[in-house]
Amino acid sequence: MFDGYTSSELMSIFAMQGFAGLSLFSVFVLMALGLAIIFGQMGVINMAHGEFMILGAYTTYLTSGFFQLYLPGLFGGYFFVAMILAFLICSALGALVEWLMIRHLYHRPLDTLLATWGLSLIMQQAYRSIFGAREVGVDLPEWMMGAFSVTDLVELPINGLFVMIIALSTAVAVYLLMYRSGYGKKVRAVVQNRPMAEAVGVNSAGIDRATFALGSGIAGIAGAAFTMIGSTGPSSGQAYIVDTFLVVVFGGAQSLIGTIVSAFGISQAQSTMEFFLSGSMAKVLTLLVVVGILMLRPEGLMALKVRR
Amino acid sequence: MLSVKHHSVAYGQSTIIEDLNLDVGKNEIVAVVGRNGMGKTTLMKSLVGMTPSKSGEVSLDGIDLSNLKSFQRVRAGVGFVPQGRMIFPTLTVRENIETGLAAVGEKKVPEDLYKLFPVLKEMQNRRGGNLSGGQQQQLAIARALATRPKVLLLDEPTEGIQPNIIKDIARTLRRIRDERGLSILVSEQVLSFVMDAADRILVIEKGVIVHEENREEADQDKIASYLAV
Repeated sequence: MFDGYTSSELMSIFAMQGFAGLSLFSVFVLMALGLAIIFGQMGVINMAHGEFMILGAYTTYLTSGFFQLYLPGLFGGYFFVAMILAFLICSALGALVEWLMIRHLYHRPLDTLLATWGLSLIMQQAYRSIFGAREVGVDLPEWMMGAFSVTDLVELPINGLFVMIIALSTAVAVYLLMYRSGYGKKVRAVVQNRPMAEAVGVNSAGIDRATFALGSGIAGIAGAAFTMIGSTGPSSGQAYIVDTFLVVVFGGAQSLIGTIVSAFGISQAQSTMEFFLSGSMAKVLTLLVVVGILMLRPEGLMALKVRR
Repeated sequence: MLSVKHHSVAYGQSTIIEDLNLDVGKNEIVAVVGRNGMGKTTLMKSLVGMTPSKSGEVSLDGIDLSNLKSFQRVRAGVGFVPQGRMIFPTLTVRENIETGLAAVGEKKVPEDLYKLFPVLKEMQNRRGGNLSGGQQQQLAIARALATRPKVLLLDEPTEGIQPNIIKDIARTLRRIRDERGLSILVSEQVLSFVMDAADRILVIEKGVIVHEENREEADQDKIASYLAV
């Protein structure tokens, strides 16, 4: 399949596809972090996670519109405001959903699956009614347009780089929160043994609500980042949810590092192979490899091993 | 101190504990002994709120605990060391203790806990799951003490632990009681441990207390006959 390319062309192709893969990686990481927190820590499979992401994207869209109309002078910085708003709105909705719905279904994983799927349909239709079925895009501020030219053949878009920085800093923030803060310790205690965590004084219901809100909020950040590299439609979330689950399961549900490594592997594999093969062939190959590895390591790439 | 009145616990139709009354005085160590399946664990779990009780009243220092959830009971002063220890396996030793500290809003593991269990200080960065059974038992006790309890509940602390360490645990319990002035309620099957540790001994059979004795005048043979199968 490499016929007809010179070696320098091949190098450039790998570099550019590799970078395109990195943008995909960033969205995967942001989506998967939220999902991994909710799925890994609470065992809830949130089918509406993609719609939370889209909520963040629409929030960004509205914010950019607002800045264009009323604060054109500050347009260059709207994205940061949008990101914070997206996080707040999505986590507030997440907390509400947890309180209304999820908390009643903790011992019924299949019902949660159905309920959150229903929620995702409701949210999609709401977006369609409010924003219309057409995809919307945001205008990038000037400093985010353009690209670095590394060589004549290799160009790296600035918006892609920016999204990557957001993804990595969010990952670091989540890591610190989970492994260095008091909240994180409580979360991990609840994950390992809920009744026992209660019996040393942890309010597990409160931890669940905070965790669900945090996961949804990160989905919101993912949505804000998503607008930088693609346009947003009511069902854009659907395109990512399956891949994101793949990332989470492949990485090992309770390991953040595993999630990041598997997001990197899957996105790179897909984006590089898509250039040479068709998109569906690339997916088939990726899935085969993932299934193969999961048969050897059913707990995912990086599950911790201790006596239980 | 801890007062339990007309306490009943049932799993569906089968009543495990029926109309049980007991009191633990200040600074007292009370042991509940009984064979397997007589309701010791159910009693302990229901006192800390892990298992809902059907009726009755549990109060600590005059505060009614009956309607509180598990974590609220812990914050009100009930410390719990479960059967099988149940430490958090992937948290480090220090983090395990810190989960208990969070209940009372503290951050740093107090030195006196490490003084009580020096081995935990040595191993503070190891994962809890990689400790031996005896060390895990010490960790579970330290984690419960971190919540600054007024009464400490221990469910079969000697299970699966070698005999010379059982003696250590008995000594540790008395030391904790003397140093911290708390009350201890411990369920047990090992008679020698009970004779070492307890001030007062209750025998539980089919969810009812059938016999009660102070340790000084305790008739070992009689209690042993309750434990015999």
